[in-house]
Amino acid sequence: MGVRQASASAGVRERRAGATFWSDRLFRVVVVACASMLGLLLLLFAYELWKSSLLSMRTFGWQFWVSRDWDPVRERFGALPFIWGTLLSSIAALLIAVPLSLGTAIFIAEVAPRWLRQPVSFVVELLAAIPSVVYGLWGMFVMVPWLRENVQKPLAERFGAIPLFEGPPVGVSMMAAILILSVMIIPYITAVSREVILAVPRSQREASYGLGATKWETIRYVVLRYARVGILGAIILGYGRAVGETMAVTMVIGNRPDLTLSLLQPGYTMASVIANEFTEATSPLYLSALTEIGLLLFVITLFINALARFLVWRVTRGEGRY
Amino acid sequence: MKVSPLHERWRRFKNVAALTLAGVCAVVVMAPVFIILAYLVANGIRSVNLEFLSSLPKPPGEVGGGMANAIVGSFYMVGLGLLISLPIGVGAGVYLAEFGNTRFGYAVRFMADVLNGVPSIVIGISVWALLVVPMRSFSALAGGVALSFIMIPMIARTTEEMVRAVPNSLRMASLSVGATYARTMWSVVLPAARGGIVTGVMLALARAFGEAAPLLFTALGNRFWNFYLDRPMANLPTQIYEYAKSPYQDWHRQAWAAALVLITIVLVLNVVARVSTRERFRALR
Amino acid sequence: MATAISARRAEDTKPTQPKISTRNLNVYYGQFHALKKVNLDILPNRITALIGPSGCGKSTFLRCLNRMNDLIEGARVEGSVLLDGEDINDSRTDVVALRRRVGMVFQQPNPFPMSIYDNVAYGPRIHGIRRRSMLNEIVERSLRQAALWDEVKDKLRQSALALSGGQQQRLCIARVLAVEPEVLLMDEPASALDPTATFRIEELMQDLKERYTIVIVTHNMQQAARVSQYTGFFFKGELYEFGETAKIFTNPDRPETEDYIRGRFG
Repeated sequence: MGVRQASASAGVRERRAGATFWSDRLFRVVVVACASMLGLLLLLFAYELWKSSLLSMRTFGWQFWVSRDWDPVRERFGALPFIWGTLLSSIAALLIAVPLSLGTAIFIAEVAPRWLRQPVSFVVELLAAIPSVVYGLWGMFVMVPWLRENVQKPLAERFGAIPLFEGPPVGVSMMAAILILSVMIIPYITAVSREVILAVPRSQREASYGLGATKWETIRYVVLRYARVGILGAIILGYGRAVGETMAVTMVIGNRPDLTLSLLQPGYTMASVIANEFTEATSPLYLSALTEIGLLLFVITLFINALARFLVWRVTRGEGRY
Repeated sequence: MKVSPLHERWRRFKNVAALTLAGVCAVVVMAPVFIILAYLVANGIRSVNLEFLSSLPKPPGEVGGGMANAIVGSFYMVGLGLLISLPIGVGAGVYLAEFGNTRFGYAVRFMADVLNGVPSIVIGISVWALLVVPMRSFSALAGGVALSFIMIPMIARTTEEMVRAVPNSLRMASLSVGATYARTMWSVVLPAARGGIVTGVMLALARAFGEAAPLLFTALGNRFWNFYLDRPMANLPTQIYEYAKSPYQDWHRQAWAAALVLITIVLVLNVVARVSTRERFRALR
Repeated sequence: MATAISARRAEDTKPTQPKISTRNLNVYYGQFHALKKVNLDILPNRITALIGPSGCGKSTFLRCLNRMNDLIEGARVEGSVLLDGEDINDSRTDVVALRRRVGMVFQQPNPFPMSIYDNVAYGPRIHGIRRRSMLNEIVERSLRQAALWDEVKDKLRQSALALSGGQQQRLCIARVLAVEPEVLLMDEPASALDPTATFRIEELMQDLKERYTIVIVTHNMQQAARVSQYTGFFFKGELYEFGETAKIFTNPDRPETEDYIRGRFG
């Protein structure tokens, strides 16, 4: 690729030596402007969110992030319940999604016969194509009632004393959000993991097989080990999705700003409080508080994505395919 | 080396067990796709009829009516988003492919990837602050702009890949007969990459069609027809959300129907995009 | 001195059971017929070199001997490969056990991205050796056999990737030796190395042949002449000629062999 590009721009330079065409200049200016738009957009988001959050920031200061009050009537706002809910739901979703995603990625890249790889990859990618609001609809009307009857009630009866399963089983809950989130981030983790696994050089596998290792031993001790940085990137990328996921979570989590550890109780996340209350927010301070939560969400996902991309790039750049 | 037969059996058992487990993971992961599609069809198919597709919503509590305005609104705003994002996305993609091996190029590529990961709800608030507040009204324009911000990074990255894949011999052939560089890009390289770009655009469209979060406080929704850019506009995703949250049985039924319509649009775009990609790669081989 | 030489001659000509024999071995990659009806006997405790122009099938042949071709999509192997008289292409063959007995060193050094110690201990560990003292012993012995011990004994915990190319290749040899194979397959083991490193590897092979059966693929004819007792010449997927190295290099039977050795093609 490098060669091709180098020679393409060499061609351009040659032309320039003779005459500079206004059309070539214009072309370059236009595409540079388009490319700059991407960076400008990020700056624009940051600026708009910042500007709209100023009122809340001035009013509450750093207290905003540690206060557990969320009282629109008395206009006292604290983001702690949402930060807590986001952390709990996203980390728990990761715990479910990571093993399943890795298993699937290994299946696609190493185990499945060749003819089966494409169809399986395609179906997994469809998981990412299903709109969030459709997950939410299905979650509300199918998964939540089923969970309440078949999972939450037995859990509450038997383990109600444990904080994790405290309280009446109401269906819409942290547990429902975690499950739906894990399904939604699986395709992202799977797709990127599959790519980094495929990027592990063939020679590494051959060395392992040549020593009498079984397929699983080769995968476990050589392939996964070699690909671990990229897989970490894939997981972080999935985590970014989990943190920012909105509609489906809003529809099944119950939207209650409590600080609770119980998976059976309703919760709230940063993204879902914005979705749920933004259009109802009447006062400027209320709106500003919600925007400030959006700003935090923006900063967090920016950081997560930057980290993940950095890790994935480090692995997949310039590696041969198996 | 002496190996114990017991350990050898254990190793082989672990091998079979682990590989089987990987297969089980794949089945578990794929299952939700089929389960959700089955529920959508089962709960939605009888409600997707002429009335649903051609009439406006009835007032709350009344039975019947449809989502014609939301279906049209979705196409309207996604189309508007495409109009904005296509030139910018393709332009940025061409930059990345042709001049992207510079510091600035890496930065732009990085930002495209990061932008791709910005939660759509955050894009929603940003566009609300950018357009809704100064215009003093929720609007179709704001909705279309929000959707375009979602599509731009996706289109840019696929365009980059596709333009890079165009053989350099084509560029050389055009340049060598005296075409300018801009001319070469416009008449030779971009047409050659067109198929791939269309695929990428279709995937971006599929994503935009399904997004509710960025429309909640930009386009808002509307129970009536609207074709003006500066007024609130109905659309399928937020309509599904509103109807699902409502207390009315009949609206729940319509939410399933709307979801079935939405998933059909999304799936058609996805399947066509993938099939055409596969065929193009086969042709290259 | 004279008696020693004649004793060696006698030993060389003494008929021995072949360690590996192939019978009518054919390999196809999809439509491409890569290896055609190869019959070859490989004697124990000798170095057998396989030479020929690139694409002649010599590496393909080598990869048949421990069924590495299984890993390539679309590869099909016909005919038999007898290891101590047993056909390894039999469906009942335990490939994992086979590859422990028939180790392989590859063209490019391919150490795992782990420490030097863990690289060598990889094989013993997967085969169930957990005891620290035993692993230490195996690692030291293998590194000594591969003539690498003195260079790395103080940095066993450092990454193998920090070693030079020649050291990496000897590490890969040590890694194979650690599982105590019976046969050592070497696929152009020195082609990525500088002359000094190549010399060390060749020296090492002479030591190793006392205990192992060695088959080496090389495109370097001087190397084949230097290290091997037997040489096979592959051309267009066929085994054109096989015999004692001295004979092949001084007085080959086939004109193609002579052309290749004289550098007229390849």
